Amino acid sequence: MDLPNDLKYTDEHVWVREEGDFISIGVTDHAQDELGDVVFVELPEQGEQLSATDSFGSVESVKTVSELYTPVDGEVVKVNQALEDTPELVNESPYQQGWLIQIKPANPDQLKQLLDSQSYQKQLSEKE
Amino acid sequence: MKPYHSLIFEISQSDRSAVDLPDSDVDTINLNDKFPNHLLRETEAELPEVSELQLIRHYTALSNKNYGVDSGFYPLGSCTMKYNPKLNEDVARLEGFNRIHPYQSTETVQGAMHLLYQLQEDLAVISGMDAVTLQPSAGAQGEWTGLMIAKKYHQQNGENRSKVLVPDSAHGTNPASAAVAGFETVTIPSNADGLVDVEALKAHVDHDTAALMLTNPSTLGLFEKDIVEIADIVHEAGGLLYYDGANANAILGKTTPGKMGFDIVHLNLHKTFTTPHGGGGPGAGPVGVVKELTPYLPVPRITKEGDQYRFHTDEPLSVGRVKGYYGNFGILVRAYTYIRTMGPDGLRQVSESAVLHANYLKKRLEPYFEAPYPQICKHEFVLSGINQKKLGVRTLDIAKRLLDFGYHPPTIYFPLNVEEALMIEPTETETKETLDAFADTMIQIAKEIEENPMMVLEAPHTTVIGRLDETKASRKPILRYTKQE
Repeated sequence: MDLPNDLKYTDEHVWVREEGDFISIGVTDHAQDELGDVVFVELPEQGEQLSATDSFGSVESVKTVSELYTPVDGEVVKVNQALEDTPELVNESPYQQGWLIQIKPANPDQLKQLLDSQSYQKQLSEKE
Repeated sequence: MKPYHSLIFEISQSDRSAVDLPDSDVDTINLNDKFPNHLLRETEAELPEVSELQLIRHYTALSNKNYGVDSGFYPLGSCTMKYNPKLNEDVARLEGFNRIHPYQSTETVQGAMHLLYQLQEDLAVISGMDAVTLQPSAGAQGEWTGLMIAKKYHQQNGENRSKVLVPDSAHGTNPASAAVAGFETVTIPSNADGLVDVEALKAHVDHDTAALMLTNPSTLGLFEKDIVEIADIVHEAGGLLYYDGANANAILGKTTPGKMGFDIVHLNLHKTFTTPHGGGGPGAGPVGVVKELTPYLPVPRITKEGDQYRFHTDEPLSVGRVKGYYGNFGILVRAYTYIRTMGPDGLRQVSESAVLHANYLKKRLEPYFEAPYPQICKHEFVLSGINQKKLGVRTLDIAKRLLDFGYHPPTIYFPLNVEEALMIEPTETETKETLDAFADTMIQIAKEIEENPMMVLEAPHTTVIGRLDETKASRKPILRYTKQE
């Protein structure tokens, strides 16, 4: 299972990459593997205000539909348009081309609660 | 030669015909004089051209590929795939039911009206409700109708309650119906026993709660033993209790949603009351309500005056009409036939056998598959393929392998709160031999996963088509046939 060290994670299987004032988020390798082949990704509009704990979209696979949760409040600054036609990027490249949205966090303190790769890994192995 | 199961367009040869139409004895008209140019086709329609025998062989070939309860065991959890007695079909074909028209005046169809009225009365007794409408044409439409009744009831009390609570094990139609009815849904987590977490429920119920939607027994096949307390919690906050009748096959004659404290109920006649599931319908999802909600039921409603039945629409609080005419009449005839054939004792026996069969299968399979909820179940149970997953074989593979043995697989990956779920509902209409043969097959597959996993990973081996590319079918569906020149 691929878990890059430079990313942060949530227990909802979302990864977070800090990029200056912004963060990018996507689903982890573990999540895409559990979901199976992704056939549709529903994402918010650019400019939308998100709040942590609220679902901001969903990922639909041949098996199931999963809600997506952002770890922080903030504004959507960019959406990965490529997923509209090629949702398989979530499976093929969960940490790079399969990113979901970029957010401008309203409250950067919320980022401190995120897990590092070791803690996320530990959570996954406890579940097994 | 193209095989008969090919698309009928592929079998087609120009200038063949399965029918001889008589010569036209009226003058032909020129379409160009009657319609503007942009409405006229420029090329001939490409209709399939086959002989009568080719036509018959094509559709017979397709029908032979069909699999139904009449072909074999169909333990599709949550769907209650029981045998539909052929007597239902005989009765539905009686001239008095078959050759009437919904526009006939009610005086001329009093027999049909009597059947509808009596079916409402029977379903009211079975569900413990005070009044029933037969209009909704499916379970999901019943849910929506019930929620619109709840909405109107609250509005009539001067409240615009916006939330519907749904447990995490609920059928997907529950939150979907709530959304279509304009509510926001709130998910209530299950506790470790797979039942509604009463503390979590208390935390979410408030004066904005329009209703709690619940299936009892739940999708996990477990009886919500705290149902009376759950009902009290919701009622104290002014909310209503909605019973999803999807699992009613477990409780007939034992208890009723009314006794449990529910206010609104829908029953799926195609599940519990032996009307066909097939071909996407037609279905029927009658809705029952307690006395206080009766004025909100859809119109028209049937009333009996003396020995005459008539429809009436004069109900100012009604949510209105939800279906053309009065429901899917032919389906209602079948359900009524079943209820009257079985009688109260027969229906009680249905649930007792359904529960016994599920527990028997569960006990036989538990040593081989993880049972996340080991307690006694009702009419269905959920296993998890997590131990098999550790060996590299997933629940989907198990389902595919079952096809090789001629079984319809159980429901898989549902409910969502059980990992690698396999949801099995044998129903009361199967013999012990069938249950044993299915259990033996499942046990054999569990052994194959340990000894020869490729056998399962590459299944099915015996079907006409192996694994379909479900991903491509979803990502790049081809919805229209194009002729290959």
